[in-house]
Order: sequence, then structure tokens, then C-alpha cells
Amino acid sequence: MGKRPVQLDELISQEYRHGFYTTLDADAVPRGLSEDVIRTISAKKQEPAFMLEWRLKAFRHWLTMTEPHWATVHHPPIDYQEIVYYSAPRGKADGPKSLAEVDPELLRTYEKLGVPLQERELLAGVAVDAVFDSVSVATTFKEKLGELGIIFCSFSEAVHNHPDLVQEYLGSVVPYTDNFFATLNSAVFSDGSFCYIPPGVRCPMELSTYFRINARNTGQFERTLIIADRGAYVSYLEGCTAPMRDENQLHAAVVELIAREGAQIKYSTVQNWYPGDKDGKGGIYNFVTKRGDCREANSKISWTQVETGSAITWKYPSVILRGDNSVGEFHSVALTNHWQQADTGTKMIHLGRNTKSTILSKGISAGHGSNAYRGLVKVAKSADGARNYTQCDSLLLGDRCAAHTFPYIEVKNPTARVEHEASTSRIGEDQLFYCQSRGISAEDAVSLIVSGFCKEVFRQLPMEFAVEAQKLLGVSLEGSIG
Amino acid sequence: MLEIRNLHVTVDDKPILRGLDLEVRAGEVHAIMGPNGSGKSTLAHVLAGREGYVVTQGEIRYMGRDLLALAPEERAREGIFLAFQYPVEIPGVANIYLLKAALNAMRRHRGESELDAVDFLALVKGKLKLMDMDEALLYRAVNEGFSGGEKKRNEILQMAVLEPRLAILDETDSGLDIDALKVVANGVNAMRSPERAMILVTHYQRLLDYIRPDRVHVLALGRIALSGGPDLAQDLERRGYGWVEGWVQAEAQKRHAASAGGAG
Repeated sequence: MGKRPVQLDELISQEYRHGFYTTLDADAVPRGLSEDVIRTISAKKQEPAFMLEWRLKAFRHWLTMTEPHWATVHHPPIDYQEIVYYSAPRGKADGPKSLAEVDPELLRTYEKLGVPLQERELLAGVAVDAVFDSVSVATTFKEKLGELGIIFCSFSEAVHNHPDLVQEYLGSVVPYTDNFFATLNSAVFSDGSFCYIPPGVRCPMELSTYFRINARNTGQFERTLIIADRGAYVSYLEGCTAPMRDENQLHAAVVELIAREGAQIKYSTVQNWYPGDKDGKGGIYNFVTKRGDCREANSKISWTQVETGSAITWKYPSVILRGDNSVGEFHSVALTNHWQQADTGTKMIHLGRNTKSTILSKGISAGHGSNAYRGLVKVAKSADGARNYTQCDSLLLGDRCAAHTFPYIEVKNPTARVEHEASTSRIGEDQLFYCQSRGISAEDAVSLIVSGFCKEVFRQLPMEFAVEAQKLLGVSLEGSIG
Repeated sequence: MLEIRNLHVTVDDKPILRGLDLEVRAGEVHAIMGPNGSGKSTLAHVLAGREGYVVTQGEIRYMGRDLLALAPEERAREGIFLAFQYPVEIPGVANIYLLKAALNAMRRHRGESELDAVDFLALVKGKLKLMDMDEALLYRAVNEGFSGGEKKRNEILQMAVLEPRLAILDETDSGLDIDALKVVANGVNAMRSPERAMILVTHYQRLLDYIRPDRVHVLALGRIALSGGPDLAQDLERRGYGWVEGWVQAEAQKRHAASAGGAG
């Protein structure tokens, strides 16, 4: 197509023209959750009847559920009637008027990460005149993707334009009854992304830039649905290394992936929501349900995540290995500093024959951070020849942090092979001194050693993302030594 | 370049160095010898700034500055290099990456521009040849799975790349077979220059057959008991450290008796 590389400053100088936000009214619905609120949300989004029905079923089911407390995380009770479940995009009147009103600490972080100036305003939630939009990129991308029959749009758009696909696949991996937070999401989700790759098509680009720009305002209850049809391939990137300011404390997203015969989905995340301050005040509760379904034979789903943000992370990207010879992968780096808590891991459910899964988890704890790996490897009776390899490594910085490993293994087939390796190590004073005696500062030495520890996971990330992720770890670990 | 006056150092409240004096000028190579536990490695670590080594008395001046006021990385950037007796493994960090980070940290400190990957590789390849090392070693994790000889060579490679003003080699000869010892010695000899000083900490005289020092000092009971020219090392090899220790103890007793007599 010979298009120029996309420049962020170019993008943000675009006038806001159209997009799914414009269909929304500016008024927010009242606080709290009721059938009326859900009807209002659905009506505002002009959804077809099947969506409203689905939301209501979820809501009624949610009323019968209780908040789970099995994870090794602690937080004050959440008042679900205090949350505003639907609000239109923020106007100019809200938020800081300029960067001068923004927390200097946040600005310092942007500086270190090399976030472009104009983008900083947006990330910090400064109300700017030129609304940062992705229209031009989206148009360019959409043309190219459209030629291949790829559908890539917001969830709301998909509900309107591709209701058949949404109806067929929505909730087919994470049913609305799945768990407390996923059920809540099913009832009230505001928006998210939808992606469909038709049979035999290899998506020619990482689906990233569009999303990363578009991610703004998708809100606290986000829903993503990705379908790779027979023999299709897609690599999807979610998140952003720059910390985003958000007034919503509770985030409960759902991601569903479906890989049909011979299809491959690679899903990468960098999560850097506000972690709270040094004393553990504030910060996002990130309670996410992510699951992929290798629905047919020879399919493959891999999750790669770098989790450095949020006060609490509760997240287990999983793969159901239903098709014969299907492959599931989970590569994770989770870092907790100050008072952050993470309980994260995966579930690999082997149902098909000769299914394979690999789990590689790297947990880093610093400060008073608490980091738990929780993983389930389940081999059903039907899964002849299933194989799993799990490696769980923890790295500790200082003596006030914690690392836990909870591997659950259930094997019902005698031909299965399941391997588990775990290690816990501490950044040694001798390693630090060795680097320092070569002229490298203690802080740089820590990030050098940590990125070495995470290397196998970073290798799974797309190049540009990997570089950013490495930088991010360094910044996230600041103040963790000394 | 380096002046150490009346240095007293404790480790875990145990006195290790007890009044050490040493002066090293640019262009000189000094060998510090002594039996196990005499404080040789302590001296090396104190110079590099390792935590846990507490200076209770005395001073160290380096290039006219108070060395003890500098953090370890500042000392390194000012040109002090310690070749470790036990080089540390850093899993996942490529050897070449550490080298580049180190060199660029020093170049930044000196106000020079950082070397890009191409120039850096060219520089390192030249030094590799000097150390008779395989390029593949650059891409392996720092010291991880290196043989004893590879680790020691790697230390000297780092020294060759970083070009320090004052290099301290802590038992670099230990664990080396004769071929590796020659390679290491060649590397060190190639770095001798009128602007550079070196301190070789060693238990055996063997290394000094290949690197001829200007001065040899014998450390016993936390201080320099004996200093001399290169021939002193051979004397030591013949007579053993017991000779020096016995002599130092006798001296100490004489001093003790004299001061007791003075008091009475």
C-alpha cells in the first residue's frame, strides 16, 4: 500500500469525526445495578433483543453469586451499588485542565518511558481539544483488512453489523454463568473489541496500534471476542506500557478466543494500570477472565502477558484444548512492587488427543509486593498422549515481599505426561556488586538482572513491545532497592 | 595513583586488615601475596567498594581523591577494575550486553558518546582475539555454565574492553591450567602501560613467572609484612609463608614487650 509509517502526533492532530462513541448520549446512568440499569445500557447502545436478553440472564445469575475470596489477595469490600455502570465519554469539563494539574510522579514516569508529549495528556486524562482518535489509521487498516475479509471493530459495531457472528460465539468460551466477575461483565459490559479472521487468512499485521489508541474509554467492563476461522492466523496486542490514569477502581474484563481447525491465535498483553502509590493507596483492581478455546484439531492459542500494573491482579488466561493435536501456551511475567498483589496463572484443560501445553511463569516481587502463581493442568480421560510442561520461577527483591506457587494437577489419563519445575531465587548482593564494579548503577543492575530473568517470556512478545516491556520493568522497579 | 594509609578493616566485626600501608604509582605492577586468611581478598574488595567491609581507621586516596567516599559504580567509572576471584553468574543476561552496558556507563561518565552496536562489536572482537576466546561466549549468559578458565578469561576480556586505570586481579590464576594461565598473562601483559597500574593478588608465585611485577608485598596478619622486588616472590616460594608469619609474630611480641616495659 506504500503508506507512510503512522506517527502518533499526526494521529492526534486529527479532528474527531465519527466513531462508535458518537452514538452515545452524554448522560450517565444512575449509580448501582438493577434490571432497569441494564435495560438502559442496552437501549443507549441500541442493541438487538438477543443482547439485552443475554445481559439480563447474566444479571439474574449474578444475583445468585457471591464474590470469590480464594485468591491470595486482600481488599476492602467492593460496594457494587456504588459503581456507575455506564458513562459516556468524558467531556472537556472533567479531568485535569492541563499537565500542570497532573500528578508529577506520573509525568516523571512518562518521561522515562519516552511517551510523546501529546500522548501524555491523553493518558493522564487531560481534556484536550483535538480528540485523540484513530479514524485515519483505522480507515487505512480497515481497507487493507477488509480486502482480506478480516473484521476488526469495536464490540458495539460488531453487535450492529455482524450480529450473527456475535450471537454464535459470544459466551461460547466464557459463559455468562462462568464466575462472579465474568458474569458481572456479561451483564454490564460497555464495549471492547471484536475480531474475525476468515478461513485460510493470515492477518498481515499485528493488531496493535489501532487497539492501543482505541483502548481509551473502553471503560472498566471491557469485552473482547476473537475468532480465527479454519487455518487463519492472528497476532493481537492489548494494552500499553504507559500507565493510564483511570477513576474506575474495579476492572472486570472478559476475553474470549476461538481457534477453529488449524487456526492460530497469539494474544499478547502489557498491563500497566495504576498500581496505587508507594503506601498502597488507590490503584486498580484488575479482575479479568481470559480464555481461549482450541475448538478444533491442530489449532493453537498462546497467551503472553507482562503484568506490572494494578493494585490487585486476578487473572488466569486459559486454554481449552478440545481439538486433537491442539497446542496451548502461557508465558507470563508478573511484577509486584510496593503493596501490589498479583494472583495469576493459567488453566490448561486437555480434552483432545495428543494435545500439548506449555506454561512459563516468571514472578517478580519487590517491596511489600505479593505474587502468586496459580495454575491448573487438567488432563481428561479422553486426552490420550497429552503433554504439559510447566516452569514457574520466582525472583525476590528484598525481604518484605512474598512469592507463592499453587500448581494444581489433575490427570485422568495414564498416557499423559505432565512436568512441573519451580524455582525461587533472590537477586544476590554478589550479582549487584558485580554489575556495580563494572560501572553499572544499582538500579540499572536490578533491571538488567530482572530482564535476564524474564528473557524467555519477552522473546514471545513482538519486537517493539518487548523493548517497551523491558523499559517498563525498569521503571516499575524504581525504589525497590536501597 | 593509589595511597593507602594505616587501613583497618573489619568484616562482621572481625578485624581483617590492621594497619595496612601501600602506595602504587601509575605504570607499576604490584603483587600482593600472602597465606590464606591474611586479608588479600579483603583488600581487593575494599578497593572496589563491596558492602560489608567496614573501614574503621585509615584512608585510601585514589588520583588524589578520597576513594572511600565513592560508590562502587563511581569507582568503576573513575577507572578502578576488579577481576573477581569467583566471577558471578547472571542468568539470561548476554555477556555482550553486560559488557556494552558497562562500557557505555563509563563513556557517559567521561562525557563521551555511547558506542553503537556495530562499533562496539568491532572493539570487542579485537579483544576476543587477544584473549583467545570464542565469539560464541559473547552471546551466552554472563558466566553461566562457563568453565573455570572461561570465567577468568572473561574477566580479563572485560578489563581489556573497559581499559581501567587501576586494575586489581584477585586470584586470577587460581583454577587455571598452564595454557589458560599463559593466555591470561598475555592479556594482562598486553595491557601494561605507563598510565595504568595493576595489583595482582595471588597466593602462588606461579602467575609471577608470566607477569613480572615491579614490587612484591607479603601480607600477614592484616598488614604488609615484607616488601621487595620481583625476587621476593621466589624467596617466598622456597621458604613458605610460615617464615614470614613467624617473623611478624616475633616482631609483634617484641613491640608488645617494649610497650609493656615502657608502661612499667
